[in-house]
Amino acid sequence: MSTKKLNLKDKYRLLTRDLDWDFSYEDRKDAFPFEEFEGIKITDWDKWEDPFRLTMDAYWKYQAEKEKKLYAIYDAFSQNNGHLNVTDARYVNAIKIFLTAVSPGELAAHSGFAFTGRHMGGIGARIAAQMQSLDELRHIQTQIHAMSHYNKFFDGFDEFSHMHDRVWYISVVKSFFDDARSAGPFEFMVAIGFSFEYVLTNLLFVPFMSGAAYNGDMATVTFGFSAQSDEARHMTLGLEIIKFLLEQHEDNVPIVQKWIDKWLWRGYRILTVVAMMMDYMLPQKVMSWKEAWELYFEQAGGALFKDLERYGIKMPDYTDLIKAEKEHLSHQAWWTFYTNSQATAFHTWIPSNQELDWLSEKYPETFDKYYRPRWEMAKEMADKGERYYNEGLPQLCQTCQIPMIYTDVQNDPRDIVYRSTKYQGERFHFCSDQCQHIFENEPEKYVHSWLPVHQIFQGNCGGPGGLEKVMDYYKLDVGKANMDYVGSPDEERWKTWKGVA
Amino acid sequence: MATLALRADYHGDRKDSADKFGGAILVYINWDKHLFFYSAKAFPLDPNMPFAAVLEHVIGTHFCQHPEYKDIDWGTVEWSLNNEPFQPVMDKSLAENGFDHKCLLRFKTAEKSAFADAGV
Ligand SMILES: [Fe+2]
Ligand SMILES: [Fe+2]
Ligand SMILES: [Zn+2]
Repeated sequence: MSTKKLNLKDKYRLLTRDLDWDFSYEDRKDAFPFEEFEGIKITDWDKWEDPFRLTMDAYWKYQAEKEKKLYAIYDAFSQNNGHLNVTDARYVNAIKIFLTAVSPGELAAHSGFAFTGRHMGGIGARIAAQMQSLDELRHIQTQIHAMSHYNKFFDGFDEFSHMHDRVWYISVVKSFFDDARSAGPFEFMVAIGFSFEYVLTNLLFVPFMSGAAYNGDMATVTFGFSAQSDEARHMTLGLEIIKFLLEQHEDNVPIVQKWIDKWLWRGYRILTVVAMMMDYMLPQKVMSWKEAWELYFEQAGGALFKDLERYGIKMPDYTDLIKAEKEHLSHQAWWTFYTNSQATAFHTWIPSNQELDWLSEKYPETFDKYYRPRWEMAKEMADKGERYYNEGLPQLCQTCQIPMIYTDVQNDPRDIVYRSTKYQGERFHFCSDQCQHIFENEPEKYVHSWLPVHQIFQGNCGGPGGLEKVMDYYKLDVGKANMDYVGSPDEERWKTWKGVA
Repeated sequence: MATLALRADYHGDRKDSADKFGGAILVYINWDKHLFFYSAKAFPLDPNMPFAAVLEHVIGTHFCQHPEYKDIDWGTVEWSLNNEPFQPVMDKSLAENGFDHKCLLRFKTAEKSAFADAGV
């Protein structure tokens, strides 16, 4: 008996679309109970255009091949003591941030896409989301493996999963994904699939990967490459979901617009840490944050929104503000971490004179005027043996959970932006109009933000008894994994390996 | 507007309502145009504490690291409470001075230096 070989198209249909079935004795609505409450109207799932045609068996085959190559390189990296090839041990702090703050986001994305991969009514969309869910699980696994080699030689990696639910700045990323995952399936798709993966990924993933390439970090570069074809699929899925929702019903347009406005802002606020990484943490710089924003958002994003105009979608009206903030963001962030690095899981340092000059050149409008003086003061204090660490705990934004560090860049960049609103008799504070609006649209949700500073005061982070207890609760090895790079065990080991006194 | 939710009665519990701080109120304090401190600082304070004690024991210990702190002429300092001009009465309590839970106290000084020009 001869078996007929199926062509790719038939195979795809059988292995994806035909996996769906009609409901004869149950109401289809009961099978997809989350499909309507967000107000999104789907008239015909058959109009879904598959953003890529990959059958499950092909998917497993490709991914397995990629894994094989990836792990062969990891092994070689390990055997050759690949960590010795980075430009400087300072660099490793950038990937400590990656592992503690970005990688757990992969796991959150995995769970979010598993949810939408179950709950969207259309089989094509479900299959695509399920594949992405598996990709994201692969991403966190390969990232942990890439970092495991560094973990043998540097401090600050080992408690990343414990820290995720606790540490003050990591809560920013955690709350971002918790927010998306507790939304309905369509909001999640617009939040993570479109706003994050499609619009912002070049400003998150790419800076870390090119930072790795410029700084001799083979392990990170390799998982970056290995994730690249996955990311390409994620981007096409993000774009398809937007187009599909907008084409299905005109009533979807204002809902989608609102989600774009919300999630691009939420995503952008998170990029604060990327801005800082690019401008301050890479011994060998790739480009400035400002240049990256111009290239990947102002140019590429501008073209995208021109494209979406025909559906009635507008570029969020805060992009002028972001344009002005790009001159300030990284400097504000690194200063915050530098002065608080008694409570971080990575090291900080004062930029070298050469780096200060690079910053002046890249930020001619703002750096010498507002930010160089801070480093001069910090240096003066450090030289006197009085390295400055901030006392006390910062005020946080109720929505993005970031300390209220953002200033009024369009008027006087020396003034912090203060916004507040009252809800149920309680005052809530925000870093921006945008964070305030997000709160006011969904106060029921944001009143239970887990703000690390307030949780500490309530005694929920190691109990009462001061910051020492909090550091134990974080499992943060104070003085070892954090504070100044200069004089740290990391530096000491690096010097020994490199044979410098 | 409200959260799009499956259940019409969805409402998170307020994580930071006044009853959760053991009788203290949260007070945020900022020294304006001194980004040496990068943001306002948060303090759980006893509302019966006199303002003078806050000045000495809270502000005095948390903003003194700035090299220009010692030069502040407190007689000329401009205060605001929840972004409204405010004149503290030193021997009255925070509550009597109008402080409530999660209020924002800001103070502005008039020193002149290159650091001050840069907002440091
Ligand atoms: Fe990913
Ligand atoms: Fe992705
Ligand atoms: Zn905010």
